[in-house]
Amino acid sequence: MAMFTLQINGKEYRADVAADTPVLWVLRDHLGLVGTKFGCGIAQCGACTILFEGNAVRSCVLPISAVKTSKITTIEGLSENGDHPLQIAWDEVDVPQCGYCQAGQIMTAAALLKRTPKPTVEEIDNAMHGNICRCGAYHRIREAVLSAAKKI
Amino acid sequence: MTGGGLLLRFSWFSAEAEIPAVMTKANFIGELGINSYLSIATDGTITIFSPNPELGQNIMTSFPMIVAEELDADWTKVKVVQAPLDTQKFERQLTGGSGAIPHSWKRLRTAGATARYLLMAAAANRWKVEPSECTASNGFVLHAKSGNKLGYGELADEASKIAVPAEVPLKSRKDFKIIGSSVRNVENKKIITGKGIFGLDFYREGMVLAMIQRPTAFGTKIKSVDASAAKAMPGIIDVVTFKNNVAIVGKSTWEIMKARKAVKIEYEKDGNIESTSDHDRLFVSLLNSDQAKVRRKDGDVETAFKNAAKIVKSEYQCPFIPHNPMEPMNFFADVRADGVELVGPTQTPASARTATAKLLNIPEDKITVTITRLGGGFGRRLKFDYVVEAAELSSIIKKPVKVIWSREDDMMGGSYRPAVRYRFEAALDEKGNMVGYKLRGVGINVNNSTREDNFPSGAVENLLIDSVEHISPITTGPWRAPVTNFLAYAEQSFLDEVAVAAGKDPVQFRLELLQKARMNSVGAIKYNIDRMETVIKQAAEKSGWGTKKGVSQGFSVYFSHASYVAQVCDVVMISGKPAVKKIVAVSDCGEVINKSGALQQVMGAIVDGYGHAMYGKLTFKDGVPGEKNFGEYRLIRMKEIPEIEAHFIDNGIDPTGLGEPALPPTGGAVANAIFKATGIRLKNQPFIDQPLYNSAKKGF
Repeated sequence: MAMFTLQINGKEYRADVAADTPVLWVLRDHLGLVGTKFGCGIAQCGACTILFEGNAVRSCVLPISAVKTSKITTIEGLSENGDHPLQIAWDEVDVPQCGYCQAGQIMTAAALLKRTPKPTVEEIDNAMHGNICRCGAYHRIREAVLSAAKKI
Repeated sequence: MTGGGLLLRFSWFSAEAEIPAVMTKANFIGELGINSYLSIATDGTITIFSPNPELGQNIMTSFPMIVAEELDADWTKVKVVQAPLDTQKFERQLTGGSGAIPHSWKRLRTAGATARYLLMAAAANRWKVEPSECTASNGFVLHAKSGNKLGYGELADEASKIAVPAEVPLKSRKDFKIIGSSVRNVENKKIITGKGIFGLDFYREGMVLAMIQRPTAFGTKIKSVDASAAKAMPGIIDVVTFKNNVAIVGKSTWEIMKARKAVKIEYEKDGNIESTSDHDRLFVSLLNSDQAKVRRKDGDVETAFKNAAKIVKSEYQCPFIPHNPMEPMNFFADVRADGVELVGPTQTPASARTATAKLLNIPEDKITVTITRLGGGFGRRLKFDYVVEAAELSSIIKKPVKVIWSREDDMMGGSYRPAVRYRFEAALDEKGNMVGYKLRGVGINVNNSTREDNFPSGAVENLLIDSVEHISPITTGPWRAPVTNFLAYAEQSFLDEVAVAAGKDPVQFRLELLQKARMNSVGAIKYNIDRMETVIKQAAEKSGWGTKKGVSQGFSVYFSHASYVAQVCDVVMISGKPAVKKIVAVSDCGEVINKSGALQQVMGAIVDGYGHAMYGKLTFKDGVPGEKNFGEYRLIRMKEIPEIEAHFIDNGIDPTGLGEPALPPTGGAVANAIFKATGIRLKNQPFIDQPLYNSAKKGF
């Protein structure tokens, strides 16, 4: 065990965990940030996506020892009042069905829009392809990303 | 509750009802059994308890919409709260079979209408006018003559003292304002800001976590366990063995995952150890078995086939598939001397409680069940194995525990959609009329793999439907649209084959069969001919059936969980491969409650049906699932979805469900379109494994 200091959502957190502990489990088990979801544990479904220095990263395979001073953003910290353009679009388009994968979808989309503020449908599909939505809400996810991009 | 002074509270069933007026109307409660629980606070906030587990079917939004409609509530003041299990208050607290809406439609409307009646009566009393002079709108009672207006919150206290009438008038559908509109999911805000609302997010001070190693091969049991190394690892509290489970109990998920790898377990044979190749051989022998159970027999099949001008015969096969809800199985259990607390995602809280009571040998009223939001279900959470094992573990370790399944546990843990094979035979007369029809369904732990009273039964004079199953240690269970999720694909593909053999247009062929059933139905049928005919015609019209150049179209229709859905799939050839471009669906589920939610259900079901027909399979080698996680198990992703156009029949018939109905027809529509485009009939799922797609497999 070792003490790690993390910069998450603009705040400083400390966690006393083993160096190989994935950030996903640090967030969920140790810091009470449960918005980031566990889906597969092998970086195949995208439910655990966070922003790592602005890039979409699978937190289930990111060991805490690799974080160092890098800035992490989770769904809880994407906006102050749940009003990031993507969050607004997700509600307006009424995307969620079961809702479990949506935090990961939104974080992946957030990284995309940061990189590519006006993405084409093809760019959206490429960026979102790693995120599984078992309910099959893909049409609305795509529509919400397009809608948010218009407002940014 | 609403926090500020609860004034009017209906407890429609319970002996604990807080309003004597409701209590004394025992006949009213019993007769109407209104399945709701609502309260109105002084500030006008309306709280509606949602009894059924929410797993993405959007029941938490559609149920309150129905209540709010009849109540003439201001939707912005409606708060929805998931009710815990309470079989005294709620009658049918489960999610399955697309049954919630048809079950509760009248009950919910009556609940809302009764509350509105009482509020209007209270206002009329206050104003000393006739209730008939009052109207209700958007959370207010109005008196046009005097211009008086009072909010529901101001009237709630007085309303609660008025006797509940035995009957209340319900709105005419032309006056619906909320029903039929698009209302957003009431939990959107929580979902998009990452609030901990799912079972896996549940936390209780003092609880421990656990993962369970179950046998990796079906048909085996534990021979020996060596957990000494695991027990010594950091964060591990205990390793306990019960039944065929080895539970690693610890303080954090990651420490448990690591310790789990250090547990050494030996297994021994405890039943048949089966592989997919065994099942393939079994299907052949079951198709020729003389043990099949006759499900339906009309006329004289033997003679019909003997005299046939043409016989069409075909077989279709589908593999096992896991449910794969994105939230893996999990449950919290706290078994104490004074009672048991269960918290988590379940489609069937009442059965879970009954099973837990039986296991622990305690009365059911000692057990509470709190229902969290479910990260998908698809039928998996109709089984309560994962609830009962959490309770058993808590009773052994005497601690509150949350049991977590990994994705591998989830995919390897059983309760699959059963693997099946069908053999269809059709006898055609000289004019191409289908005068004989035979279907045999064989499968693994599937019980009756047919739906013998479904179309085309009733439209064929001579018909024989039978089934036989193999009992296997591989566990199976309901999977979104049980049985019909594969039967519909096979049947609708076969009917396409018959239409081709008869030289008839597939749409016309189905309409002719329906006409035959209408004129002279053979035996009992469960489907409504007019409703089926309407969705067929509408789907043909909306999709431009037979009029599109360069596009190959496939047709499919199914009577599914009391709703009717017809689909047309458009396929175009791209670089020599068929590409599914578009699926047009016409659904008749009667009254559409929530337009947005209905579109979600239909589009999601089509994506689900297409995705699993295309990619889904779980294979076995010596009892062990060959696909263990999303690395090997392919689920459909964004790039692979076709365009979807969803239409609804506006007929005002009492609503039926939509969680399942749009899934069954999809595989058939796709396969039929691909046949049209390529001349190749896809008779096995997943399609991606068929020779047609061999070179397209890589790179997903």
